[in-house]
Amino acid sequence: MTEHIVVVGGGTGGTVLANRLAEKLGPEIERGDARVTLVSDDPDHVYKPTFLYVPFGKKTVEDAKRPLSDLVDRAVDIEIDRVTGIDTDGKRLSLRDGGSMAYDQLALALGAQLVPEELPGLAEGGHHFYGPDGADALRDEMAEFTEGHLVLSVIGTPHMCPAAPVEFVMMADAWFRERGLREDVEITYTYPIQRAHAIQNVADWASEAFEERDINVETFFNADEVDPEDGVLHSMEGKELDYDLLVGIPPHKGSDLVTEAGLGDDGWADVDKHTLESDHAEDVYVLGDLADVPTSKAGSVAHYEAGAVADRIASRTRGQTPTATYDGKTVCFIESGMDEATFVEFEYGSTPTVREPSKPVHWAKLGYNESYWLTARGLL
Amino acid sequence: MSETEHEPDVTVDSRGATCPGPLMDLIGKVKESDPGTVIELQTSDDGSKSDVPEWLDEAGHDLLEVVDHDDYWSMYVETN
Ligand SMILES: Cc1cc2nc3c(=O)[nH]c(=O)nc-3n(C[C@H](O)[C@H](O)[C@H](O)COP(=O)(O)OP(=O)(O)OC[C@H]3O[C@@H](n4cnc5c(N)ncnc54)[C@H](O)[C@@H]3O)c2cc1C
Repeated sequence: MTEHIVVVGGGTGGTVLANRLAEKLGPEIERGDARVTLVSDDPDHVYKPTFLYVPFGKKTVEDAKRPLSDLVDRAVDIEIDRVTGIDTDGKRLSLRDGGSMAYDQLALALGAQLVPEELPGLAEGGHHFYGPDGADALRDEMAEFTEGHLVLSVIGTPHMCPAAPVEFVMMADAWFRERGLREDVEITYTYPIQRAHAIQNVADWASEAFEERDINVETFFNADEVDPEDGVLHSMEGKELDYDLLVGIPPHKGSDLVTEAGLGDDGWADVDKHTLESDHAEDVYVLGDLADVPTSKAGSVAHYEAGAVADRIASRTRGQTPTATYDGKTVCFIESGMDEATFVEFEYGSTPTVREPSKPVHWAKLGYNESYWLTARGLL
Repeated sequence: MSETEHEPDVTVDSRGATCPGPLMDLIGKVKESDPGTVIELQTSDDGSKSDVPEWLDEAGHDLLEVVDHDDYWSMYVETN
């Protein structure tokens, strides 16, 4: 009998996982004992960290895309289709275009969805750089923006890449300075809790850097309405901020498929944080942004999780007891201007420290983004 | 286990989540609740005992009571 392993989602988690499985199960696939299928609704793999550079004209949305067929091992079958239902009892997926697909082991890496419409006025009044269209539109706005108040508001939590909002304002500060416009542009950053970032050490570091750079900070600011007509952002705490350009990190959600399949009741999948196995169904793994684990929604997390999940699935396929686990390893590079960066690294239960920003780390981040295409292929 | 007189309209179970998870879960619930709603926030994160009251103060909602269970706290909040 052939063990059919189905990976859903052709983003960071799904692509790395499919390639790792091809590598680990090479002989089994060759003999016909195992088969790996990657199902994704987009023929391209999209590397989202590229979007941070688009508003500043340093990268284009096209730079973020590569055809999945160039990145995924030939031993993996690629199926471009959208999963519309998951039946974990019958071990079967419904597909939009192609009927249904049976699986023996399933891994879900569907990522997070942006839902700007959850905040009244945000879709009309705000911009963002969290998706291709948003990043392109913000690029055009930024190019024309020569004076006024730029407000970056962290609205959605949890959101992808907790560092990106901090990076955006620091890059904007440097970018407007470079262009001789900083005197005429006021920059304000807002955050929902009592400090500038969820992670205390990042908050301390960012607050100091913001002060040095004359970036205003509003904490305990939970946006509850955007008034696009008058250019005002209202908060649940009763505060108001006038803006000329609003960059709002949109609310995120998991997937309706998760809720409908009983894998989690709020769209994020409930999993064991070490094994990434579903709390609610057999032979179902969830990795990447969709999994509700106590660390950041970051590509590095999806990547390290994929290693553990590949190992577990491979062991099961061979009839062995899986032992590999994910320890919460998270790495985030943080751009602190246009030419310097720092990074944090931590695991479950450990506190990250922020190092002094430097140029080499900036080049390392850009280098990682370039070599990412090798990482996704499973070569790094 | 301690007793309380407060009958919550909704309960938010944030046990096991670390800061700022419980506070963000509470903020999300407050956002969708009508004034006068009593919310029980269950949290096992020590930080909640300071950051939740601080936010309630800022946003103008009331902390009715904190009940200490052995391995978590129940924070009773009323929205205004
Ligand atoms: C602006 C920005 C900057 C970032 N910077 C960084 C950074 O510097 N470092 C870092 O580590 N992380 C960063 N991230 C976060 C990182 O991009 C995500 O955490 C990562 O992509 C998550 O991987 P994933 O596999 O879970 O989901 P994704 O990469 O989002 O992939 C999801 C895949 O699932 C597919 N899919 C969804 N639904 C279905 C369906 N029903 N059927 C079939 N296919 C489906 C999608 O088409 C997609 O291919 C950034 C994110 C953003 C937005």
